[in-house]
Amino acid sequence: MIDSNNPLSPHLQIYRWQISSLLSIAHRISGVINLLALSLIFFWLILLSLGESNYELFLLIINSFFGKFILIGFTWSMSFHLLSGLRHLFWDLGYGFEIKTANISGIVVIVSSLIMTIIFWLLARGFI
Amino acid sequence: MVQFNLPKNSKILKGKYFKDKTGSSNLKVVHVYRWDPTKNENPREDTFEVDLNSCGNKVLDILNKIKNEIDSTLTFRRSCAHGVCGSCAMNVDGINTLSCMKSHKDIKGDLRIFPLPHLKVVKDLVADLSTLYKQYESIEPWLKFKKSTSKKNEISQSKENREKLDGLYECIMCACCSTSCPSYWWNGESYLGPAVLLQAYRWISDSRDEEKKERLKMVADKLKLYRCHTIMNCTSSCPKGLNPAKAIGSIKKMLATS
Repeated sequence: MIDSNNPLSPHLQIYRWQISSLLSIAHRISGVINLLALSLIFFWLILLSLGESNYELFLLIINSFFGKFILIGFTWSMSFHLLSGLRHLFWDLGYGFEIKTANISGIVVIVSSLIMTIIFWLLARGFI
Repeated sequence: MVQFNLPKNSKILKGKYFKDKTGSSNLKVVHVYRWDPTKNENPREDTFEVDLNSCGNKVLDILNKIKNEIDSTLTFRRSCAHGVCGSCAMNVDGINTLSCMKSHKDIKGDLRIFPLPHLKVVKDLVADLSTLYKQYESIEPWLKFKKSTSKKNEISQSKENREKLDGLYECIMCACCSTSCPSYWWNGESYLGPAVLLQAYRWISDSRDEEKKERLKMVADKLKLYRCHTIMNCTSSCPKGLNPAKAIGSIKKMLATS
C-alpha cells in the first residue's frame, strides 16, 4: 500500500515555531559562528606575528563599521551559546523540563545574552 | 542527508474551493490537505467554507461536518472523539494535536489542517505510522522477568512505586510528539522518537519489571536515544499534557549516573 510514490506530509514548511525549537536551532548556529570567531582570533594572531604593517591592516578592517558589527555579533554569539549551553546542562541534571519553565529560561537566555554583550563592550571600551 | 524541502511528488498544489451554500454569516474558512492515491497527482490544499452555527466546538466536528455535508471523500482517522484513542492526531494550525480535543474557537483566522508531519501519506489526513509501531515493538513493551524466577502469585506494587508511572502510563501513542520532533523527521529510521522513548521509560520505571538494566542498555545508543537534543516540540504538542522530553532526560540521567 505504501511505496515511494506516496507523498511525504509537509513538516518544516507548516510546523509552527516554538521558543524552544527556535533556541535549539539558534544554539547550533551560534556554535558554528563561534568556530568562525575562533578562526578570526587565530587570523589575528597570525597577522600579529607577520609584522607591524600586516597588523595595521587587521586593525583597519576591525575598526571599520563592518568589522565592529562582526565583532559585536561574535560576542553575542559567544554569550548566547554559553548561556544556552548552561540551560542544556540544567536539563542534563534533570531540571527545567516543564514547558513554562523552558519558555521562561529561554527568554532569560536571550535577554541575558544581550545584556552580557553590552556589558562586555562597555568593559572593553572602558566605560565601566 | 537531511532534506529540508519536500520531494517533487509531495509539493502541495492549490486545490478546490468549496463555497458555502447555507448562506450563513458565521463562516470558518478551513484549508485541508488532500491526496488521492488512486490518481497520479500531487497533494493539494482544498478550501471549505464551514457554517459554524450548526457545528460543534472541536476541529473534529468541522471535519465530520465537511465529510457529512460538503465532500464525503474526505478521509481521516477518528474513533472515540474524546481524547482516549489517539486516532485523530493531525497537524492543526501548525501544531500536532488531537482534533477531537482542539477547539477551533482558539484559532483566529483561517484553519489549516495537515496530516502528521514527515510521514508517508496514505490518503488525505491519514499518514503511515508503521515505522513508529515497529519501533514501539522493539522496546518490548510488556513486563519481563528473569527466567529463574517463577511467579505464581500476583506481583504487588507499593503506592509509591505505582506513582512513578504517573505521567507515563497515560500515553495513548497518538504520535503527536514523535512527528513534531525535527530530530525524528531527519532520523526517523534510527532515532526512536519521543513517543517510543517515553514508553521505554515507562517500562524502565516499573518496579515490577526485572530487566531494567537490559532495557537501559537497549536504548543507550547514539542514534536510538541521543538524537534527542531537547528541542521540546514533543512536550509542547502532547495533547495529554505529558512530558516526553523529561522522560528522555530521565533516561539520559539514569545512564549517566548508573
